[in-house]
Amino acid sequence: MTVVREEAAGPGTSYRFTLNGEPRELSVPGMRRLLDVLREDLGFTGTKEGCGEGECGACTVILDGMVVDSCLVPVCQVDGSEIRTVEGLTEAQNAALNPLQQAFLECGGAQCGICTPGMLMSAQAYLEDGGSADEDGIREAIAGNLCRCTGYTKIIDAIEAAALSREVDA
Amino acid sequence: MSDRVPEPRATAEGPVVLAPPAPGEVAVPTLGRAVPAPLRREGREKLTGEAKYTDDLVFPGAWYGATIRSTEARARLLGLEQDPDFDWSKVVVMTAADIPGDNVISVIIDDWPALVEDEIQHVSQAVALVAAPDKATLREAKKRISLRTEPLPPVFDPLESEHQFAAYEITKGDPAAAFEDAAIVVQGEYRVGHQEQLYIENQAMIAEPRPDGGITITGSMQCPYYVHSALKQALGLSDEQAVITQAETGGGFGGKEDYPSAVAVHAALLAQRVGKPVRMIYDRHEDIASTTKRHPAIVRYRSGISGHGRLIAQDVEVIMDGGAFCTLSPVVLSRGVLHAGGPYECENVHIKGRSMATNTPPNGAFRGFGAPQVGFAHEMQVARIAHELGVSPAKLRERWVYREGGTTPSGQVLRESVAGLEVLREATTAADYDDIYELSRQTRSVRWGQAAEAGAGFNSTRMRSASGIGIAMGWHGAGFTGSGEQRMGSTAGVELGADGVIRLLIANTEIGQGTNTVMPMIVAEVLGVEPAEVELAPIDTSIVPNSGPTVASRTVMVVGGLVSKAATKLRALVEERSGGTFADVYRADAEAHGATRIDQQYESEVEVAFDDETHTGDAYPAFGWACDVAVVDVDLDTGEVRVRSVVSADDVGRVIHPLLAEGQVEGGTLQAVGYGTIEEMKVQDGRYLNDRLATYIIPTSMDAPDITAILVEAPFSGSPHGAKGVGELPMNVAAPAVVDAIHDAVGVWITELPATAERVLAAMESDE
Amino acid sequence: MTAEPLVVSPANLDEAFALRAEGGWRPLAGGTDLMVQLEADVAEPPERVLDLWRLAELKGISTDGYEVSVGALTTYTELRHSPIISARLHALAEVAATVGAAQIQNRGTIGGNVCNASPAGDTLPVLLAVDAIFECGSTEGIREVPAREFWTGYRQTALRDDELLVRVRFAVDRSRHTRFRKVGTRAAQAISKVVIALSYKDDHGTWRNVRVALGSVAATTIRATGAEAVLEGSRPRQAVAEEAARVLAEEIAPIDDVRSSADYRRSVSGRILHRLLREEGGW
Repeated sequence: MTVVREEAAGPGTSYRFTLNGEPRELSVPGMRRLLDVLREDLGFTGTKEGCGEGECGACTVILDGMVVDSCLVPVCQVDGSEIRTVEGLTEAQNAALNPLQQAFLECGGAQCGICTPGMLMSAQAYLEDGGSADEDGIREAIAGNLCRCTGYTKIIDAIEAAALSREVDA
Repeated sequence: MSDRVPEPRATAEGPVVLAPPAPGEVAVPTLGRAVPAPLRREGREKLTGEAKYTDDLVFPGAWYGATIRSTEARARLLGLEQDPDFDWSKVVVMTAADIPGDNVISVIIDDWPALVEDEIQHVSQAVALVAAPDKATLREAKKRISLRTEPLPPVFDPLESEHQFAAYEITKGDPAAAFEDAAIVVQGEYRVGHQEQLYIENQAMIAEPRPDGGITITGSMQCPYYVHSALKQALGLSDEQAVITQAETGGGFGGKEDYPSAVAVHAALLAQRVGKPVRMIYDRHEDIASTTKRHPAIVRYRSGISGHGRLIAQDVEVIMDGGAFCTLSPVVLSRGVLHAGGPYECENVHIKGRSMATNTPPNGAFRGFGAPQVGFAHEMQVARIAHELGVSPAKLRERWVYREGGTTPSGQVLRESVAGLEVLREATTAADYDDIYELSRQTRSVRWGQAAEAGAGFNSTRMRSASGIGIAMGWHGAGFTGSGEQRMGSTAGVELGADGVIRLLIANTEIGQGTNTVMPMIVAEVLGVEPAEVELAPIDTSIVPNSGPTVASRTVMVVGGLVSKAATKLRALVEERSGGTFADVYRADAEAHGATRIDQQYESEVEVAFDDETHTGDAYPAFGWACDVAVVDVDLDTGEVRVRSVVSADDVGRVIHPLLAEGQVEGGTLQAVGYGTIEEMKVQDGRYLNDRLATYIIPTSMDAPDITAILVEAPFSGSPHGAKGVGELPMNVAAPAVVDAIHDAVGVWITELPATAERVLAAMESDE
Repeated sequence: MTAEPLVVSPANLDEAFALRAEGGWRPLAGGTDLMVQLEADVAEPPERVLDLWRLAELKGISTDGYEVSVGALTTYTELRHSPIISARLHALAEVAATVGAAQIQNRGTIGGNVCNASPAGDTLPVLLAVDAIFECGSTEGIREVPAREFWTGYRQTALRDDELLVRVRFAVDRSRHTRFRKVGTRAAQAISKVVIALSYKDDHGTWRNVRVALGSVAATTIRATGAEAVLEGSRPRQAVAEEAARVLAEEIAPIDDVRSSADYRRSVSGRILHRLLREEGGW
């Protein structure tokens, strides 16, 4: 569903990007944060705001294949880009969890869940880049995602499990 | 993932240890040891982005609310200045004069104003509220309001404050005489600073006016009925007019026990005035700058040891900084005082504590609730004593730790469920403590010599860093102190709905710890059904009874007990009425008889014999016990401390869900590591300097040690399945274990938390 | 009522220079500094923002064999993965690995770090230590400013209001060794308490053209000329290292701030330099 806020329409500049594979177009002020475009204009509230200063990583999305803090990306810079959020990890709503999500569920990688969407995006990008079940590599991959609940222990377990299952499937 | 039944590692009578599952395995049996532990009830939603936290919710037509706060620590408020060049007809501004009910956020005593009337008492105190139809207008309006004030002299030092929130004193035996007999007396003063809970979801409330003149609150919280109470009082509403619902909540740790009432009242005041929903969502800066934190404390400790190495005397003074308003200070102090002796038998103990007001933001609940503060002190004392005596810190604790039948400073006899020895053995075994400590001890003089040399000048030694191993123990009284539970008289219910669905009616919230998964397991076991057949009624005060707050590690122990009893009664009723086993007949029973609801109010299992005035008697139904072993590396050039590993053995009475229980130990341990090393809150002129996430430093995945959680079970007869609570216990232990390890590494004692690189290097340079 | 800033994304550098020449345009690279500042809302927001993100002329790393030229829009991730940087100035790749974490490294740029001129800017000491040249472009052409003249005050640079930083150049031959060390507030996502770069030409064991540059100990990134003088023409061993470290600790005037203390910064700066000298000196 595309919800475009009329009062945010800029002076005729329209930005086009794909979101989880679907094309989107909207006219909003160019300096509007991608995080706000996702959450408020497009109704994709899976990506969270934890700090607004690029420290906590709760707003992490994958932009043109790379993890970024969407609270620091102005929408004018995603024109023509591919954006992936947590909602895109499953094939459709009510579809099966992807292997990484399933691993989080089975290993206890989510407690309060607020860091989880951003954490999943960082982990997903790590795995897609060929990241292995190497604890140091995993710790570095999620170093920009703060978690206050888990001590990171079961998050690392989950990513390791997902990496191992990728190696098996590959 | 394979299922595996953990082998109990002790006799049937003694405590049982649940071995942690191997990597890739899911720990399985729980309650009856035969039923697999279910996956997190709301896990899927949290993993797909479907879970709706407060700021995710859409309320059409909602306005946005903000708080105008003081920038001075103490001042007379003369008035509000509103820039005449701004169109104020577009927004709503409210001050204390506009509050329809009592101008108070009620907690224990009513000293906390919702909005300043005459006197500002701390930086970032709420003075006025603004609401606007959109964020841009709100931001502009905020900038156009200023405060007219007259400064007053503030008090920042709790030692100089004359305003006391609470004081307690406990005496056991004759400490003065015992000190006379002591062969060795070790004395120290320990300081711990603020700690910010740093839940990753900021405080958030949305208030919506109701047709009946009331307000519905939807928000991030631990205790809906606390918010309910505060709302009724500040807005003059009835029980029915104030409706509180909890949205998915992104962490609490105590920080969403007391403070949410303020946010809710503020949002509600605006909503009532505007006539539309009002969203009050804090940003991180406001959240850190103005919300309640862990009480800083000064702990002065004297320990007397006999010639035979027995602990024969303790004298402890605890001074806590409560901030400007009382909030929960008396209860935090109470727990601190009751735990200050540590988990060690001692015949002669004197503990005196006081909580003082200062012109800083009020402090409040944070996991551990007074115990981590005194825990640092009592463990550093034991560490120093062990060093002085030349004995292994583990062996000393083994000698001193309570046994069953021991007596606490308040005079409580520990009749059952005592697992100090067990957690000590489990942690030291898993961490190979004895061997590593011995090796470390042998190389100590070389290592400390090099560290001293590195500290004295530039580091020309062979060593770049030094490693050390440390140990600490802790204890945590389960549930509310003394007669708290009795006074509260919580009620929980189980209902067999007319629709044939079994529902849990509790006000205890899921905040990540697993309430939504574990509570249905408890009820399901009693009813003989699958946990998936037990649903949870929405956390809504118009639907669920007041089963008490989600604090004090009481949910499973106390509320679990209530729902167990209710479920037992429900099962008996249905089986008698419809014949057959509950699992087989309940749906038909619902069709035939309609809804059946059983409420159970709290009645004390054991005699509560605690005198609040004198703080004597049975303070808690039971205690949980923990032991941590930490390994650290200290960089000899910079004093930076790298915590490599922590093994934490925690006795929780009975593990209901191993994965969730481990999660609590792991998370609590890392928070305690942060408390011990990098979470420093600098305060200047009553203002928090570290008021952004860039400056208030919590551990990232690269800072976090390897954490090994070992769950030990010393069941408690007074709760369902013997559970005693797991949420807070781990918080009390890791910090002193780390500081002990720093001492082992470089030979310096850090007596003030956090043990930052600055403090460690300064200690190394001063060579004390 | 504050409107959101107007932003324009020029298609090429000439367009960008033309806009910049008009005045009143705030340049935007990866946003990791500017977006934080806008959100914090402490200063007047800019009215007009010049989005440089698409400008190909500001990207890419090249070398003519002697000099290395780094586009201002080069991200930390690109610095980390660049074979040229790895071979020619590995310290710069090491710096990039200490900035933030993956999300920041994918967006933060060397140009942003240089122009933001934070006293704690992590790439700045390394650039200062290798005598980097900053190419400042405008409608009038390219003006070269050496690093040691670029940071003029607290968060102030020699960049004119009509200029944009286009490229960063440095010349390092095989005999030049550059080391870097940052002491942060934690292991990742950390602002530095002390950050130091040491660079020297190894002339058959004798050190020449020694540079010691530090951040987070002054209002700007600085050169510790006293320590450099001790090391210049020396063969660092323990005595020289101690003298240099001692002089360094005395010549800097750090402050207490939210992150650390003056005492710690003073002490650790000397200690880190000493460590680097030990490692380079091989004793």
